[in-house]
Amino acid sequence: MKQAEFERQHQQLWLALTTQLDLLERGRPLDEPSLDAFPSAYRQLCQHLALAESRGYSGQLIDQLHQLALRGHQQLYRHHSTLLGRLLGFITGGFARSVREQWRYLLAASLLFYGSLLGMAALVYAFPDLVYSILPPDQVAQMEQMYDPDASRLGRFAERGAGDDWLMFGYYVMNNIGIAFQTFASGLLFGLGTLFFLLFNGLTIGAVAGHLSGIGYHLPFWSFVIGHGAFELTAITLAGAAGLRLGVALLAPGRMTRGDALRQSARQAIRLVAGAIVLLLIAAFVEAYWSSMTLSSPTIKFIVGALLWLFVAAYFSFAGRSRHAAD
Amino acid sequence: MLPTLARSPLLDNRLRVETPEGVDLLLRPAGLVPRALAFAVDLAIRGAILLALFISLGLLGKFGMGLGALLLFLVQWWYMVLFEVLNQGRTPGKHWLGLRVVHDDGTPVGWASSLTRNLLRFVDLLPFGYFLGALSCLGHPAFKRLGDIAAGTLVVYQEKPAERPALAPAEPVAPPVGLSLDEQRALISFAERQASLSPDRRRELAAILAEPLATTPEDAERTIQGIARALMGAT
Repeated sequence: MKQAEFERQHQQLWLALTTQLDLLERGRPLDEPSLDAFPSAYRQLCQHLALAESRGYSGQLIDQLHQLALRGHQQLYRHHSTLLGRLLGFITGGFARSVREQWRYLLAASLLFYGSLLGMAALVYAFPDLVYSILPPDQVAQMEQMYDPDASRLGRFAERGAGDDWLMFGYYVMNNIGIAFQTFASGLLFGLGTLFFLLFNGLTIGAVAGHLSGIGYHLPFWSFVIGHGAFELTAITLAGAAGLRLGVALLAPGRMTRGDALRQSARQAIRLVAGAIVLLLIAAFVEAYWSSMTLSSPTIKFIVGALLWLFVAAYFSFAGRSRHAAD
Repeated sequence: MLPTLARSPLLDNRLRVETPEGVDLLLRPAGLVPRALAFAVDLAIRGAILLALFISLGLLGKFGMGLGALLLFLVQWWYMVLFEVLNQGRTPGKHWLGLRVVHDDGTPVGWASSLTRNLLRFVDLLPFGYFLGALSCLGHPAFKRLGDIAAGTLVVYQEKPAERPALAPAEPVAPPVGLSLDEQRALISFAERQASLSPDRRRELAAILAEPLATTPEDAERTIQGIARALMGAT
Protein backbone atom coordinates (compact mmCIF):
# COMPACT_ATOMS: atom_id res chain seq x y z
CA MET A 1 0.00 0.00 0.00
CA LYS A 2 1.30 3.47 -0.86
CA GLN A 3 1.88 5.84 2.02
CA ALA A 4 -0.73 8.37 0.95
CA GLU A 5 -3.43 5.70 0.84
CA PHE A 6 -2.31 4.36 4.25
CA GLU A 7 -2.56 7.84 5.74
CA ARG A 8 -5.99 8.44 4.22
CA GLN A 9 -7.31 5.19 5.70
CA HIS A 10 -6.12 5.75 9.24
CA GLN A 11 -6.08 9.53 9.58
CA GLN A 12 -9.43 9.40 11.37
CA LEU A 13 -8.17 7.10 14.11
CA TRP A 14 -5.01 9.13 14.67
CA LEU A 15 -6.95 12.37 14.96
CA ALA A 16 -9.38 10.85 17.46
CA LEU A 17 -6.52 9.46 19.51
CA THR A 18 -4.78 12.85 19.50
CA THR A 19 -7.86 14.57 20.92
CA GLN A 20 -8.20 11.90 23.62
CA LEU A 21 -4.53 12.23 24.54
CA ASP A 22 -4.86 16.01 24.75
CA LEU A 23 -7.68 15.55 27.25
CA LEU A 24 -5.90 12.88 29.29
CA GLU A 25 -2.69 14.89 29.48
CA ARG A 26 -4.54 17.83 30.92
CA GLY A 27 -6.04 15.52 33.55
CA ARG A 28 -9.60 15.61 32.16
CA PRO A 29 -11.66 12.43 32.26
CA LEU A 30 -12.74 10.75 29.03
CA ASP A 31 -16.35 9.82 28.39
CA GLU A 32 -17.29 6.15 28.81
CA PRO A 33 -17.19 4.89 25.17
CA SER A 34 -13.90 6.53 24.24
CA LEU A 35 -12.36 5.34 27.50
CA ASP A 36 -13.29 1.77 26.61
CA ALA A 37 -11.94 2.21 23.09
CA PHE A 38 -8.67 3.84 24.15
CA PRO A 39 -6.54 0.71 24.72
CA SER A 40 -7.51 -0.87 21.43
CA ALA A 41 -7.02 2.41 19.57
CA TYR A 42 -3.55 2.66 21.11
CA ARG A 43 -2.68 -0.91 20.07
CA GLN A 44 -3.89 -0.21 16.55
CA LEU A 45 -1.66 2.82 16.45
CA CYS A 46 1.30 0.68 17.54
CA GLN A 47 0.51 -1.68 14.69
CA HIS A 48 0.41 1.24 12.26
CA LEU A 49 3.77 2.43 13.54
CA ALA A 50 5.31 -1.02 13.03
CA LEU A 51 3.80 -1.23 9.54
CA ALA A 52 5.01 2.23 8.60
CA GLU A 53 8.53 1.34 9.70
CA SER A 54 8.70 -1.97 7.88
CA ARG A 55 7.17 -0.58 4.69
CA GLY A 56 9.68 2.24 4.52
CA TYR A 57 7.20 5.09 4.78
CA SER A 58 8.61 8.57 5.21
CA GLY A 59 10.52 9.53 8.30
CA GLN A 60 8.11 12.36 9.03
CA LEU A 61 5.13 10.02 9.18
CA ILE A 62 7.04 7.59 11.37
CA ASP A 63 8.03 10.44 13.70
CA GLN A 64 4.43 11.55 13.94
CA LEU A 65 3.16 8.03 14.73
CA HIS A 66 6.04 7.44 17.10
CA GLN A 67 5.19 10.57 19.02
CA LEU A 68 1.57 9.50 19.30
CA ALA A 69 2.63 6.04 20.48
CA LEU A 70 4.91 7.60 23.11
CA ARG A 71 2.10 9.78 24.42
CA GLY A 72 -0.35 6.87 24.41
CA HIS A 73 2.15 4.70 26.25
CA GLN A 74 2.50 7.36 28.95
CA GLN A 75 -1.25 7.47 29.48
CA LEU A 76 -2.04 3.75 29.22
CA TYR A 77 0.65 2.71 31.71
CA ARG A 78 -0.05 5.47 34.23
CA HIS A 79 -0.54 4.48 37.85
CA HIS A 80 -4.22 4.91 38.52
CA SER A 81 -4.75 3.37 41.96
CA THR A 82 -5.98 5.85 44.52
CA LEU A 83 -3.42 7.06 47.00
CA LEU A 84 -5.70 6.61 50.01
CA GLY A 85 -6.40 2.95 49.33
CA ARG A 86 -2.74 2.15 48.83
CA LEU A 87 -1.79 4.08 51.95
CA LEU A 88 -4.31 2.13 54.02
CA GLY A 89 -3.10 -1.19 52.63
CA PHE A 90 0.45 -0.15 53.38
CA ILE A 91 -0.27 0.86 56.97
CA THR A 92 -2.48 -2.11 57.82
CA GLY A 93 0.02 -4.71 56.71
CA GLY A 94 2.39 -3.99 53.86
CA PHE A 95 4.71 -1.90 56.00
CA ALA A 96 5.06 -4.49 58.77
CA ARG A 97 5.71 -7.17 56.13
CA SER A 98 8.46 -5.11 54.50
CA VAL A 99 10.07 -4.52 57.87
CA ARG A 100 10.03 -8.23 58.70
CA GLU A 101 11.59 -8.99 55.29
CA GLN A 102 14.45 -6.64 56.06
CA TRP A 103 14.98 -7.78 59.66
CA ARG A 104 18.72 -8.28 59.23
CA TYR A 105 19.24 -4.64 58.32
CA LEU A 106 16.90 -3.48 61.07
CA LEU A 107 18.86 -5.57 63.57
CA ALA A 108 22.15 -4.08 62.40
CA ALA A 109 20.80 -0.53 62.53
CA SER A 110 19.26 -1.11 65.97
CA LEU A 111 22.49 -2.53 67.37
CA LEU A 112 24.44 0.45 66.08
CA PHE A 113 21.95 3.02 67.30
CA TYR A 114 20.83 1.59 70.64
CA GLY A 115 24.31 0.22 71.32
CA SER A 116 25.94 3.61 70.97
CA LEU A 117 23.05 5.25 72.84
CA LEU A 118 23.13 2.95 75.88
CA GLY A 119 26.93 2.71 75.90
CA MET A 120 27.32 6.48 75.85
CA ALA A 121 24.60 6.92 78.50
CA ALA A 122 26.36 4.47 80.82
CA LEU A 123 29.72 6.14 80.24
CA VAL A 124 28.39 9.64 80.91
CA TYR A 125 26.56 8.37 83.99
CA ALA A 126 29.82 6.91 85.31
CA PHE A 127 32.08 9.79 84.20
CA PRO A 128 29.88 12.96 84.18
CA ASP A 129 32.55 15.18 82.60
CA LEU A 130 32.44 13.10 79.43
CA VAL A 131 29.27 14.88 78.29
CA TYR A 132 31.33 17.98 77.44
CA SER A 133 33.39 16.05 74.93
CA ILE A 134 30.19 15.28 72.99
CA LEU A 135 28.11 18.43 73.42
CA PRO A 136 29.15 22.07 73.82
CA PRO A 137 28.52 23.47 77.33
CA ASP A 138 25.75 25.91 76.33
CA GLN A 139 23.77 23.06 74.77
CA VAL A 140 24.15 21.04 77.95
CA ALA A 141 22.88 24.00 79.96
CA GLN A 142 19.93 24.33 77.59
CA MET A 143 19.09 20.64 78.05
CA GLU A 144 19.26 21.03 81.83
CA GLN A 145 16.88 23.96 81.65
CA MET A 146 14.46 22.02 79.42
CA TYR A 147 14.12 19.11 81.83
CA ASP A 148 14.21 21.06 85.06
CA PRO A 149 11.80 19.21 87.41
CA ASP A 150 10.26 22.55 88.44
CA ALA A 151 9.17 23.58 84.94
CA SER A 152 5.45 23.61 84.13
CA ARG A 153 5.88 22.13 80.67
CA LEU A 154 8.64 19.91 79.40
CA GLY A 155 10.69 19.84 76.27
CA ARG A 156 12.15 22.52 74.08
CA PHE A 157 10.95 26.07 74.85
CA ALA A 158 9.66 25.00 78.25
CA GLU A 159 7.82 28.27 78.90
CA ARG A 160 4.86 27.80 76.64
CA GLY A 161 1.11 27.53 76.57
CA ALA A 162 -1.23 25.28 74.65
CA GLY A 163 -0.97 27.39 71.47
CA ASP A 164 2.71 26.63 71.27
CA ASP A 165 2.03 22.92 70.86
CA TRP A 166 1.34 23.72 67.23
CA LEU A 167 4.68 25.40 66.87
CA MET A 168 6.38 22.40 68.40
CA PHE A 169 4.50 19.94 66.21
CA GLY A 170 5.73 21.72 63.11
CA TYR A 171 9.24 21.94 64.50
CA TYR A 172 9.41 18.24 65.37
CA VAL A 173 8.08 17.20 61.94
CA MET A 174 10.66 19.37 60.18
CA ASN A 175 13.57 18.35 62.33
CA ASN A 176 13.01 14.63 62.83
CA ILE A 177 11.88 13.69 59.35
CA GLY A 178 14.78 15.67 57.95
CA ILE A 179 17.17 13.60 60.11
CA ALA A 180 15.50 10.37 58.99
CA PHE A 181 15.78 11.34 55.33
CA GLN A 182 19.44 12.21 55.71
CA THR A 183 20.12 8.94 57.49
CA PHE A 184 18.53 7.04 54.61
CA ALA A 185 19.94 9.03 51.70
CA SER A 186 23.52 9.04 52.89
CA GLY A 187 23.46 5.24 52.70
CA LEU A 188 24.24 5.82 49.04
CA LEU A 189 27.79 6.71 50.13
CA PHE A 190 28.53 2.98 50.53
CA GLY A 191 26.62 2.99 53.83
CA LEU A 192 29.12 5.31 55.50
CA GLY A 193 26.73 8.24 55.84
CA THR A 194 24.10 6.06 57.47
CA LEU A 195 26.70 4.71 59.90
CA PHE A 196 27.69 8.26 60.77
CA PHE A 197 24.14 9.49 61.37
CA LEU A 198 23.15 6.42 63.41
CA LEU A 199 26.20 6.67 65.63
CA PHE A 200 26.09 10.47 65.87
CA ASN A 201 22.45 10.49 66.95
CA GLY A 202 22.95 7.52 69.25
CA LEU A 203 25.94 9.14 70.96
CA THR A 204 24.24 12.55 71.32
CA ILE A 205 21.00 11.18 72.72
CA GLY A 206 22.97 8.80 74.95
CA ALA A 207 25.10 11.61 76.32
CA VAL A 208 22.04 13.73 77.11
CA ALA A 209 20.25 10.80 78.74
CA GLY A 210 23.28 9.85 80.83
CA HIS A 211 23.94 13.42 81.88
CA LEU A 212 20.35 14.22 82.90
CA SER A 213 20.02 10.94 84.80
CA GLY A 214 23.30 11.69 86.53
CA ILE A 215 22.27 15.11 87.83
CA GLY A 216 18.95 13.82 89.15
CA TYR A 217 16.61 14.97 86.36
CA HIS A 218 15.84 11.38 85.40
CA LEU A 219 12.10 11.50 86.21
CA PRO A 220 11.14 14.43 83.97
CA PHE A 221 13.51 13.30 81.22
CA TRP A 222 12.51 9.65 80.96
CA SER A 223 8.81 10.40 81.41
CA PHE A 224 9.14 12.93 78.59
CA VAL A 225 10.89 10.70 76.08
CA ILE A 226 9.31 7.32 76.71
CA GLY A 227 6.03 8.09 74.93
CA HIS A 228 7.16 9.39 71.57
CA GLY A 229 10.44 7.48 71.75
CA ALA A 230 8.55 4.34 70.78
CA PHE A 231 7.82 5.88 67.38
CA GLU A 232 10.75 8.23 66.96
CA LEU A 233 13.61 5.88 67.83
CA THR A 234 12.01 3.06 65.83
CA ALA A 235 11.69 5.37 62.85
CA ILE A 236 15.36 6.39 63.06
CA THR A 237 16.45 2.74 63.11
CA LEU A 238 14.13 2.01 60.18
CA ALA A 239 15.64 4.86 58.16
CA GLY A 240 19.05 3.51 59.18
CA ALA A 241 18.10 0.01 58.05
CA ALA A 242 16.98 1.44 54.68
CA GLY A 243 20.27 3.32 54.33
CA LEU A 244 22.33 0.24 55.23
CA ARG A 245 20.34 -1.70 52.62
CA LEU A 246 21.53 0.74 49.95
CA GLY A 247 25.09 0.61 51.21
CA VAL A 248 25.20 -3.19 51.28
CA ALA A 249 23.79 -3.34 47.74
CA LEU A 250 26.72 -1.22 46.56
CA LEU A 251 29.36 -3.04 48.59
CA ALA A 252 28.18 -6.61 47.99
CA PRO A 253 25.91 -6.67 44.93
CA GLY A 254 26.18 -10.47 44.65
CA ARG A 255 25.43 -11.77 41.17
CA MET A 256 23.89 -8.53 39.92
CA THR A 257 25.60 -5.44 38.59
CA ARG A 258 25.92 -2.66 41.16
CA GLY A 259 23.31 -0.60 39.33
CA ASP A 260 20.74 -3.40 39.32
CA ALA A 261 21.44 -4.29 42.95
CA LEU A 262 21.03 -0.64 43.92
CA ARG A 263 17.75 -0.27 42.04
CA GLN A 264 16.32 -3.40 43.59
CA SER A 265 17.36 -2.53 47.11
CA ALA A 266 16.10 1.04 46.73
CA ARG A 267 12.65 -0.32 45.86
CA GLN A 268 12.55 -2.22 49.14
CA ALA A 269 14.28 0.44 51.19
CA ILE A 270 11.92 3.22 50.15
CA ARG A 271 9.03 1.30 51.75
CA LEU A 272 10.83 1.40 55.08
CA VAL A 273 11.39 5.13 54.66
CA ALA A 274 7.74 5.74 53.79
CA GLY A 275 6.76 3.87 56.96
CA ALA A 276 9.30 5.83 58.96
CA ILE A 277 7.63 9.05 57.77
CA VAL A 278 4.28 7.84 59.13
CA LEU A 279 5.90 6.86 62.44
CA LEU A 280 7.61 10.24 62.73
CA LEU A 281 4.34 12.09 62.11
CA ILE A 282 2.78 10.11 64.97
CA ALA A 283 5.88 10.76 67.09
CA ALA A 284 5.74 14.51 66.48
CA PHE A 285 2.07 14.54 67.44
CA VAL A 286 2.68 12.59 70.66
CA GLU A 287 5.74 14.67 71.50
CA ALA A 288 4.01 18.00 71.03
CA TYR A 289 0.70 17.23 72.73
CA TRP A 290 1.26 14.39 75.21
CA SER A 291 4.90 14.18 76.22
CA SER A 292 5.12 17.87 77.07
CA MET A 293 2.32 17.75 79.66
CA THR A 294 3.37 17.72 83.31
CA LEU A 295 1.07 15.44 85.23
CA SER A 296 0.96 15.19 89.02
CA SER A 297 2.74 11.84 88.92
CA PRO A 298 4.89 10.53 86.10
CA THR A 299 3.60 6.98 86.64
CA ILE A 300 0.79 7.40 84.13
CA LYS A 301 3.32 8.55 81.51
CA PHE A 302 5.48 5.51 82.07
CA ILE A 303 2.45 3.24 81.75
CA VAL A 304 1.28 4.91 78.54
CA GLY A 305 4.84 4.92 77.22
CA ALA A 306 5.25 1.22 77.91
CA LEU A 307 1.93 0.54 76.19
CA LEU A 308 3.07 2.50 73.13
CA TRP A 309 6.30 0.49 72.93
CA LEU A 310 4.25 -2.72 73.23
CA PHE A 311 1.93 -1.45 70.51
CA VAL A 312 4.80 -0.75 68.11
CA ALA A 313 6.36 -4.16 68.85
CA ALA A 314 3.02 -5.91 68.36
CA TYR A 315 2.40 -4.06 65.10
CA PHE A 316 5.69 -5.18 63.58
CA SER A 317 5.25 -8.73 64.88
CA PHE A 318 1.67 -9.40 63.87
CA ALA A 319 0.31 -6.91 61.31
CA GLY A 320 -0.09 -8.17 57.77
CA ARG A 321 0.40 -11.84 58.62
CA SER A 322 -2.74 -12.90 56.74
CA ARG A 323 -2.14 -12.12 53.09
CA HIS A 324 -5.57 -11.09 51.87
CA ALA A 325 -6.26 -8.74 54.76
CA ALA A 326 -3.91 -6.14 53.35
CA ASP A 327 -5.02 -6.32 49.72
CA MET B 1 10.89 -8.68 6.81
CA LEU B 2 12.52 -6.33 9.25
CA PRO B 3 14.17 -3.33 7.63
CA THR B 4 17.86 -3.05 8.37
CA LEU B 5 17.64 0.60 9.40
CA ALA B 6 15.31 0.16 12.35
CA ARG B 7 17.51 -2.20 14.35
CA SER B 8 20.92 -0.70 13.77
CA PRO B 9 22.54 1.09 16.73
CA LEU B 10 21.49 4.69 17.01
CA LEU B 11 23.95 7.42 16.15
CA ASP B 12 22.62 9.93 18.65
CA ASN B 13 22.06 9.40 22.38
CA ARG B 14 18.42 8.38 22.17
CA LEU B 15 17.40 5.28 24.13
CA ARG B 16 15.34 2.53 22.57
CA VAL B 17 12.65 1.01 24.79
CA GLU B 18 10.56 -1.89 23.59
CA THR B 19 6.94 -1.77 24.71
CA PRO B 20 4.63 -4.75 25.34
CA GLU B 21 2.92 -3.87 22.06
CA GLY B 22 6.12 -4.76 20.23
CA VAL B 23 7.03 -1.29 19.00
CA ASP B 24 10.17 0.59 19.92
CA LEU B 25 9.87 3.92 21.67
CA LEU B 26 12.79 6.31 21.42
CA LEU B 27 13.50 8.46 24.48
CA ARG B 28 15.82 11.44 24.38
CA PRO B 29 17.48 11.92 27.80
CA ALA B 30 18.07 15.50 28.89
CA GLY B 31 21.58 16.58 29.79
CA LEU B 32 23.02 18.52 32.69
CA VAL B 33 22.28 22.07 31.52
CA PRO B 34 18.51 21.86 30.88
CA ARG B 35 18.11 19.86 34.09
CA ALA B 36 20.06 22.42 36.08
CA LEU B 37 17.95 25.21 34.56
CA ALA B 38 14.75 23.35 35.43
CA PHE B 39 16.01 22.94 38.97
CA ALA B 40 16.83 26.64 39.17
CA VAL B 41 13.30 27.54 38.07
CA ASP B 42 11.84 25.17 40.69
CA LEU B 43 14.14 26.62 43.32
CA ALA B 44 12.96 30.13 42.51
CA ILE B 45 9.30 29.06 42.66
CA ARG B 46 9.84 27.35 46.01
CA GLY B 47 11.64 30.39 47.32
CA ALA B 48 8.73 32.60 46.29
CA ILE B 49 6.20 30.23 47.92
CA LEU B 50 8.16 30.20 51.18
CA LEU B 51 8.57 33.96 51.21
CA ALA B 52 4.83 34.43 50.72
CA LEU B 53 4.14 31.86 53.45
CA PHE B 54 6.37 33.46 56.02
CA ILE B 55 4.99 36.90 55.40
CA SER B 56 1.37 35.79 55.66
CA LEU B 57 1.80 33.22 58.45
CA GLY B 58 4.00 35.48 60.51
CA LEU B 59 0.82 37.46 61.21
CA LEU B 60 -0.77 34.42 62.85
CA GLY B 61 1.72 34.17 65.70
CA LYS B 62 2.94 30.88 67.06
CA PHE B 63 0.19 28.83 65.47
CA GLY B 64 1.24 30.33 62.16
CA MET B 65 4.88 29.52 62.83
CA GLY B 66 4.00 25.89 63.52
CA LEU B 67 1.96 25.76 60.35
CA GLY B 68 4.82 27.48 58.55
CA ALA B 69 7.27 24.80 59.73
CA LEU B 70 4.92 22.09 58.44
CA LEU B 71 4.57 23.82 55.10
CA LEU B 72 8.31 24.39 54.91
CA PHE B 73 8.74 20.66 55.35
CA LEU B 74 6.13 20.01 52.68
CA VAL B 75 7.72 22.40 50.19
CA GLN B 76 11.25 21.28 50.93
CA TRP B 77 10.77 17.52 50.65
CA TRP B 78 7.51 16.98 48.78
CA TYR B 79 7.30 19.71 46.13
CA MET B 80 9.16 17.60 43.55
CA VAL B 81 7.44 14.32 44.46
CA LEU B 82 3.91 15.71 44.37
CA PHE B 83 4.39 17.48 41.05
CA GLU B 84 6.18 14.56 39.42
CA VAL B 85 3.55 12.01 40.37
CA LEU B 86 0.40 14.11 40.03
CA ASN B 87 1.45 16.21 37.04
CA GLN B 88 2.68 13.55 34.60
CA GLY B 89 6.33 13.63 35.64
CA ARG B 90 6.68 17.39 35.31
CA THR B 91 7.49 19.94 37.98
CA PRO B 92 6.81 23.51 36.86
CA GLY B 93 10.51 23.97 36.07
CA LYS B 94 10.62 20.79 33.99
CA HIS B 95 7.40 21.77 32.25
CA TRP B 96 8.93 25.08 31.31
CA LEU B 97 12.00 23.45 29.79
CA GLY B 98 10.01 20.65 28.13
CA LEU B 99 11.32 17.84 30.32
CA ARG B 100 9.60 15.01 32.13
CA VAL B 101 10.56 12.18 34.45
CA VAL B 102 9.85 8.59 33.38
CA HIS B 103 10.90 5.12 34.51
CA ASP B 104 13.71 3.42 32.63
CA ASP B 105 11.12 1.49 30.63
CA GLY B 106 9.36 4.67 29.55
CA THR B 107 6.35 4.32 31.84
CA PRO B 108 5.27 7.34 33.91
CA VAL B 109 6.99 7.78 37.24
CA GLY B 110 5.19 6.45 40.37
CA TRP B 111 5.22 7.31 44.07
CA ALA B 112 8.02 4.97 45.13
CA SER B 113 10.47 5.93 42.39
CA SER B 114 9.73 9.62 42.67
CA LEU B 115 10.22 9.54 46.44
CA THR B 116 13.47 7.59 46.04
CA ARG B 117 14.98 9.92 43.46
CA ASN B 118 14.04 13.03 45.40
CA LEU B 119 15.18 11.80 48.83
CA LEU B 120 18.51 10.72 47.37
CA ARG B 121 18.90 14.26 46.04
CA PHE B 122 20.50 14.88 49.47
CA VAL B 123 23.50 12.80 48.37
CA ASP B 124 23.63 14.41 44.93
CA LEU B 125 24.00 17.77 46.69
CA LEU B 126 27.15 16.64 48.50
CA PRO B 127 29.72 17.93 49.18
CA PHE B 128 28.50 21.29 47.81
CA GLY B 129 26.20 22.56 45.06
CA TYR B 130 25.23 19.29 43.32
CA PHE B 131 28.86 18.23 42.88
CA LEU B 132 28.28 14.46 43.02
CA GLY B 133 25.05 14.75 41.05
CA ALA B 134 26.74 16.75 38.30
CA LEU B 135 29.65 14.31 38.11
CA SER B 136 27.31 11.35 37.85
CA CYS B 137 25.16 13.17 35.31
CA LEU B 138 28.15 13.98 33.10
CA GLY B 139 29.53 10.47 33.33
CA HIS B 140 26.36 8.47 32.70
CA PRO B 141 25.31 7.65 29.11
CA ALA B 142 21.71 8.61 29.93
CA PHE B 143 22.69 11.63 32.07
CA LYS B 144 21.44 10.11 35.33
CA ARG B 145 22.31 11.55 38.68
CA LEU B 146 22.79 9.16 41.62
CA GLY B 147 19.14 9.41 42.65
CA ASP B 148 18.07 8.47 39.13
CA ILE B 149 20.36 5.45 39.08
CA ALA B 150 18.93 4.14 42.35
CA ALA B 151 15.31 4.87 41.49
CA GLY B 152 15.55 3.63 37.91
CA THR B 153 14.25 6.87 36.43
CA LEU B 154 15.19 9.08 33.50
CA VAL B 155 14.67 12.73 32.67
CA VAL B 156 13.70 12.93 29.00
CA TYR B 157 12.70 15.62 26.58
CA GLN B 158 9.03 15.87 25.89
CA GLU B 159 8.73 15.77 22.11
CA LYS B 160 6.71 18.55 20.61
CA PRO B 161 4.34 17.71 17.76
CA ALA B 162 6.00 18.68 14.49
CA GLU B 163 4.29 20.06 11.40
CA ARG B 164 4.33 17.72 8.41
CA PRO B 165 6.17 19.57 5.62
CA ALA B 166 4.58 19.92 2.21
CA LEU B 167 6.33 18.22 -0.70
CA ALA B 168 7.59 20.38 -3.52
CA PRO B 169 5.33 20.23 -6.56
CA ALA B 170 6.71 17.70 -9.03
CA GLU B 171 5.46 15.25 -11.62
CA PRO B 172 5.50 11.67 -10.16
CA VAL B 173 8.21 9.61 -11.82
CA ALA B 174 8.69 5.86 -11.62
CA PRO B 175 12.17 5.01 -10.28
CA PRO B 176 14.44 3.93 -13.15
CA VAL B 177 16.10 1.20 -11.04
CA GLY B 178 14.87 -1.10 -8.26
CA LEU B 179 15.36 0.64 -4.90
CA SER B 180 16.04 -1.01 -1.55
CA LEU B 181 14.00 0.04 1.47
CA ASP B 182 16.80 2.20 2.82
CA GLU B 183 17.27 3.87 -0.55
CA GLN B 184 13.57 4.59 -0.81
CA ARG B 185 13.61 6.10 2.66
CA ALA B 186 16.63 8.25 1.82
CA LEU B 187 14.91 9.67 -1.28
CA ILE B 188 11.67 10.35 0.61
CA SER B 189 13.42 12.10 3.46
CA PHE B 190 15.34 14.24 0.96
CA ALA B 191 12.00 15.32 -0.51
CA GLU B 192 10.56 16.02 2.93
CA ARG B 193 13.55 18.00 4.13
CA GLN B 194 13.82 20.13 1.00
CA ALA B 195 12.37 23.22 2.71
CA SER B 196 15.11 23.21 5.33
CA LEU B 197 17.97 23.02 2.80
CA SER B 198 19.31 25.87 0.71
CA PRO B 199 18.78 25.57 -3.07
CA ASP B 200 22.54 25.20 -3.67
CA ARG B 201 22.85 22.44 -1.12
CA ARG B 202 19.81 20.65 -2.58
CA ARG B 203 21.35 20.76 -6.05
CA GLU B 204 24.67 19.57 -4.73
CA LEU B 205 23.13 16.59 -2.88
CA ALA B 206 20.88 15.63 -5.75
CA ALA B 207 23.76 15.80 -8.26
CA ILE B 208 25.43 12.89 -6.48
CA LEU B 209 22.58 10.66 -7.67
CA ALA B 210 22.38 12.00 -11.20
CA GLU B 211 24.28 9.11 -12.76
CA PRO B 212 22.49 6.15 -11.08
CA LEU B 213 19.14 7.81 -11.81
CA ALA B 214 20.13 8.30 -15.47
CA THR B 215 19.57 12.05 -15.56
CA THR B 216 21.62 15.27 -15.71
CA PRO B 217 22.89 16.93 -12.51
CA GLU B 218 20.60 19.92 -13.16
CA ASP B 219 17.56 17.70 -13.46
CA ALA B 220 18.41 15.34 -10.58
CA GLU B 221 16.59 17.31 -7.92
CA ARG B 222 13.30 17.33 -9.80
CA THR B 223 13.65 13.62 -10.59
CA ILE B 224 14.21 12.73 -6.93
CA GLN B 225 11.19 14.76 -5.87
CA GLY B 226 9.15 13.00 -8.52
CA ILE B 227 10.32 9.56 -7.41
CA ALA B 228 9.52 10.42 -3.79
CA ARG B 229 6.06 11.47 -4.82
CA ALA B 230 5.54 8.26 -6.73
CA LEU B 231 6.81 6.16 -3.81
CA MET B 232 4.49 7.86 -1.35
CA GLY B 233 1.55 7.72 -3.72
CA ALA B 234 0.94 11.44 -3.25
CA THR B 235 -0.96 13.09 -6.05
